[in-house]
Amino acid sequence: MHLVYPAVLAALLFSIGLYGVLARRNAVLVLISVELMLNAVNLNLVAFDVWLRDTLRAGQSLTLFTIAVAAAEIGIGLAIVLLVYRNRAGSHIDALRDLAERPAGAPGPAADQPGAGAAASGTGAARPGQQAEATA
Amino acid sequence: MNAPGFLSPTGVEIVFLLTGLVTVGAALVAVTTRQLVHAALWLVVALGGIAVEYLLLTAEFVAWVQVLIYVGSVVVLLLFGLMLTRAPIGRSPDADSGNRPVALAVALASAATLVTLVVDAFRTAWIELDRPQGDTQTVGEALFRHWVLPFEALSLLLLAALVGAIVVSRRTTPDGPAGTPAPEAVAAPEARKAQDAQAQDAQDAQEAPGASDVPGAPEAEER
Repeated sequence: MHLVYPAVLAALLFSIGLYGVLARRNAVLVLISVELMLNAVNLNLVAFDVWLRDTLRAGQSLTLFTIAVAAAEIGIGLAIVLLVYRNRAGSHIDALRDLAERPAGAPGPAADQPGAGAAASGTGAARPGQQAEATA
Repeated sequence: MNAPGFLSPTGVEIVFLLTGLVTVGAALVAVTTRQLVHAALWLVVALGGIAVEYLLLTAEFVAWVQVLIYVGSVVVLLLFGLMLTRAPIGRSPDADSGNRPVALAVALASAATLVTLVVDAFRTAWIELDRPQGDTQTVGEALFRHWVLPFEALSLLLLAALVGAIVVSRRTTPDGPAGTPAPEAVAAPEARKAQDAQAQDAQDAQEAPGASDVPGAPEAEER
């Protein structure tokens, strides 16, 4: 088999994943695109390993490691997405602008979303209120 | 040995090409569809196509690991993530952000550059598929003879990552589970705290007769 076939397929898959990462708004869809990019790299690793006939099987071992790291990444990423959804009531990544640099004089994120700071500490701050309501 | 030409593809190459077309098509649909759950399901097709490509490259162990981990668990995790973030079932008009043309331009430039480079570099490279390169025995021997230390470190990383995911996504309540705080439940303690602070200010102002401006006095009296 020509090496060009898997290499070109990997390049196309990587570009598709790149488009998805840049164009998607939903955080879970961005994670899907990241998975596509990782799989493109894995395909390259396996193809070059088979081409070079590596005696250490470095490419396939690294592919297995990449798959495990991708599993860890998707777990952590989904946990973070869930936390963001729980605190901000949305998983759109272009709404997360609290750390954006603004020109001097522009309103900060507190003026943008007044409930954001309260929601960030919501799970901790809700308990005294609930207890007060229960005792009242 | 003269390199075989592209105009007389072997059977493996034809199967690889067809599977690659299916994979690229499924990946395209997965990154462009507006139905979120369909994106995850098209990702299954793309990942399965890549597993078939691994099989055609005689890396069967990696292929089955791909099926088990990606198709079996990562996609299920993604579907759980979609459900837990209450993704809409039908078409959602805001699945794509405003920088779609920029993303398309970047992706097309990247694809053109990479494909040109790869074709130019590896036009004559030929993979001999006469004997399997990645069956379970050879990969296992390489993994546990030469790559034991990275393997163990990776197991530790996976454990740490999954414990971290549990810790991050756990609801942080000291006693018993509590639901997601409603907006008024979030706003109420803040307002209560503010009123308490204003009442404290009012008491301080009454104790100190010199201070005349009491901003929160009406609310404090209202309570």
